[in-house]
Amino acid sequence: MMPTENRTVQFKIYRYDPDRDAKPYMQDISVELDVTDRKLLDAMVRLKVKDDSLSFRRSCREGVCGSDAMNINGKNGLACLTDMSTFPVGKPIVLRPLPGLPVIRDLVVDMTQFFKQYHSIKPYLVNNDPLPEKERLQSPEDREELNGLYECILCACCTTACPSFWWNPDKFVGPAGLLAAYRFIADTRDQATTERLDNLEDPYRLFRCHSIMNCVDVCPKNLNPTKAIGKIKEMMLQRAI
Amino acid sequence: MKRIVVGAHYGLKDWIAQRVTAVVMAVFTIVMIAAIAGGATSSAEAWRGFMSHGAIRIATFLFAISLFYHAWIGIRDIWMDYVKPAGLRLALHVLTALALIAYTGWTLQILWRL
Repeated sequence: MMPTENRTVQFKIYRYDPDRDAKPYMQDISVELDVTDRKLLDAMVRLKVKDDSLSFRRSCREGVCGSDAMNINGKNGLACLTDMSTFPVGKPIVLRPLPGLPVIRDLVVDMTQFFKQYHSIKPYLVNNDPLPEKERLQSPEDREELNGLYECILCACCTTACPSFWWNPDKFVGPAGLLAAYRFIADTRDQATTERLDNLEDPYRLFRCHSIMNCVDVCPKNLNPTKAIGKIKEMMLQRAI
Repeated sequence: MKRIVVGAHYGLKDWIAQRVTAVVMAVFTIVMIAAIAGGATSSAEAWRGFMSHGAIRIATFLFAISLFYHAWIGIRDIWMDYVKPAGLRLALHVLTALALIAYTGWTLQILWRL
């Protein structure tokens, strides 16, 4: 229900400034919200006005850029897509940076490892045929297979919710990377299917996934990396037997 | 120099083996529950007779090697996740494999002694 008057909301926020703090700490802070502050990001922007030392990333504020991914009350999500009305009243909202990645400052994490894994699957179409005059065509049925794959915004909510990535961030591609891998494996216009499957046939890169589905649980775009990973394994099986 | 090396080109067989062995174990468990419910273990003699039946002996052996192969993949995954020094990891892999092979021999001994 939409609140009709201003209210005060309590926050518990992970703070860490490596230049000043010996170690991270949790800051208790409250902020008065306007009736129009409907999303968590609105509240955070207000928090930033109150304490401008607080650092977090945000950009489009509508779930398209994937910048404001963070750990909200223990679950990864996008601040801009999280409704303030979904929080239990009277309990502080606990905000932490995405788990498993190095913290640069406060809620800002170093995504290098995440993007390294993403790039390792060659996230672009490989087609050696001469460029057609207009575009490479696909049947509507073939195009259908890409639904639920291409929508990923690379916010890293899924990958940083995955224990397999926590233990082996340098070797396991992670759910976001594997979803993108399947997006190109499934693309009928791509000609590097064999190489892509070879690239993933590895006990670490693909088979660290044990289908615990944390990725599916947290994806703010409601995508299903576990299903995509299952399809990659199925294709490998198909070519092996 | 520390470089990350991946690309061992295995994993698919283990993944499918883990699933197949799981099915074998599930089926065997159902058979055993049915046998126990049907009174196959009502006395020590009945139990011994049931277990020394040729088909049950083979089925129990299949269950045991499924369990050991399943355990090999699972335990190896744990070493791969948590033990980083290569030498120590290799030693643990070898010890695990030897133990599971020994268990297989032990299982044979027990089953065919009945």
